Amino acid sequence: MANPDVLKLQQIARECRVQILRMLAHAGSGHPGGSLSVIDILATLYFNRMRYDPARPLWEDRDRLILSKGHCVPAQYACMARAGFLPESGLVTLRKLGSPLQGHPDRVMLPGIEAATGSLGQGLSIAAGMALGLKLAGRDTRVYCVVGDGEVQEGQVWEAAMSAPKVRVAEHRLDNLCVILDYNGIQLDDRVKKILDLEPVAEKWKAFGWSVIDIDGHDIAQIDKALDQAESVKGRPTFMVAHTVKGKGVSFMENDPEWHGKAPKPAEAIRAITEVLGGSLPDWAKPIVAEIQALEHA
Amino acid sequence: MPAKASLAAFGEVLLELGAKDERIVTLDADLSKSTMTARFAKTFPSRAFNVGIAESTMIGMAAGLALTGHIPFACSFACFLVGRFETIRVSVAYTQAPVKLVGTHVGVAIGEDGYSQMGLEDIACIRALPNIPIVQPADELETRQAVGYAVDHPGPIYLRLTRQSLEPVHDEGYRFQFGKAEVLRPGLDVSIVASGGPLWNALEAAKTLAAHGVRAEVLNVSTIKPLDEETILRSAGKTGRVVTVEDHSLSGGLGSAVAELLGEVMPSPLKRLGVTGFGESGDPKALYAKHGLDPDGIVKSVLKFLNR
Repeated sequence: MANPDVLKLQQIARECRVQILRMLAHAGSGHPGGSLSVIDILATLYFNRMRYDPARPLWEDRDRLILSKGHCVPAQYACMARAGFLPESGLVTLRKLGSPLQGHPDRVMLPGIEAATGSLGQGLSIAAGMALGLKLAGRDTRVYCVVGDGEVQEGQVWEAAMSAPKVRVAEHRLDNLCVILDYNGIQLDDRVKKILDLEPVAEKWKAFGWSVIDIDGHDIAQIDKALDQAESVKGRPTFMVAHTVKGKGVSFMENDPEWHGKAPKPAEAIRAITEVLGGSLPDWAKPIVAEIQALEHA
Repeated sequence: MPAKASLAAFGEVLLELGAKDERIVTLDADLSKSTMTARFAKTFPSRAFNVGIAESTMIGMAAGLALTGHIPFACSFACFLVGRFETIRVSVAYTQAPVKLVGTHVGVAIGEDGYSQMGLEDIACIRALPNIPIVQPADELETRQAVGYAVDHPGPIYLRLTRQSLEPVHDEGYRFQFGKAEVLRPGLDVSIVASGGPLWNALEAAKTLAAHGVRAEVLNVSTIKPLDEETILRSAGKTGRVVTVEDHSLSGGLGSAVAELLGEVMPSPLKRLGVTGFGESGDPKALYAKHGLDPDGIVKSVLKFLNR
């Protein structure tokens, strides 16, 4: 990928980070830490990789993304708004009564969401079924599934991890499936290493028959190159270990389990947005900040 | 037609439907010889997926297949299938993935294998979820038609099938209608509302009750959810007394559904027959007798209920 494209994607990811912080400030609840750790991965998928058409969310030849760590869906909403699935003004309805932007993904209420997730551990099985269904239908589209590191403690993940490399249609195996682990090292209660260490996670998935790639989940050029590599692998699915930082981009949130599931207060959100944008607010961000300021007085 | 297990009829009709409709696929979790999908797998090997003993993943993969245009039948013993409740709840019901869930080996009627293999709470669980209907056919003819309906049903659906052979209760001209209960035997003194395995026993009991001067009306509720309120209320309105019969826990099954309906709309004396506590190993007939689901047991309960 050419350098200007990387710069463009980095800018998109920054803008999505702003939208995540904006949404959570308005909602007054939600999960900033994991949304900020996964956003560079999602931005690369949405704006440099996946095939989709927001005017036809059920287009049969679209690539599919299942965000199995459904609590981080604000990151996906930010990408979907930018991609044209919903107006950016609608983002502030997150978690409000009647909004299609449910606290965790709802396939029926928001076209473009591929499956309800948020009950951890289920997304990979659905993604494997979709990859299988697309192989069966002879379509060359791809399925991406993002899992959380805490989520990988769920038993159903390991059932699917064992099944996905084995299942096949005639001789066709699920090389159209790419799973990305958002390895930020922190779950709700504490550090993953303290609750239930996943290591050696790469070796485990390799042993189950996956092609495994290890990357920095905030280096967009690396993410993109790894996605290329995943597409070129034949005969087995890919598991990408993306090393990330929980709360990435906001210094007071980074690597702090406290920010797993706590929304920033308006002043904190403004401080975070200003930091994400490098210390000064461009014109497009000023109304967003003004809107958040107004929350404080509401 | 000779007596046949509804799961055997399911295996046969699925083979016929599969030959006509390439969208039909099966998923199993190492029980395809028991759920009778093994012949489908042999005939259509590229459309049959045995995921290993991993029911949650089977259900999730079925959702993925359904969402990519296929018609997946995800099959296992009812207790193992519905035991993965949370996966059904989110990946199928909430996602609205049109998966055909097939739970076999229901009730104490499986006998010797004992409680851990008996589907006894599956109706209760699926009743609690929005968006998944429950169909329990009573004989071979009805099973064939119910499976055909499941293929056409636009959303997810749960089919509840027996291992034991079921005596035919329908004439050849019978047409299954989704959401409709039927009066199999008209009567005036008591309504026996039954479904699945013990339905034939209810019909036998009605014959014996006739000899006692009790004219029992027998209803077949093959669609347990949504309940055919109109037919049940019409019968209850006529007889004034209702007895439900099912091979399922007394909590949350057909009897509970009928109790909720009557309690809200037409409070009526009600007696529910079903399974209490855990099931256990034993001869299926002896187990039906123990739980009062055999013809004699139903006769005794009805007579006592009517103070005869």
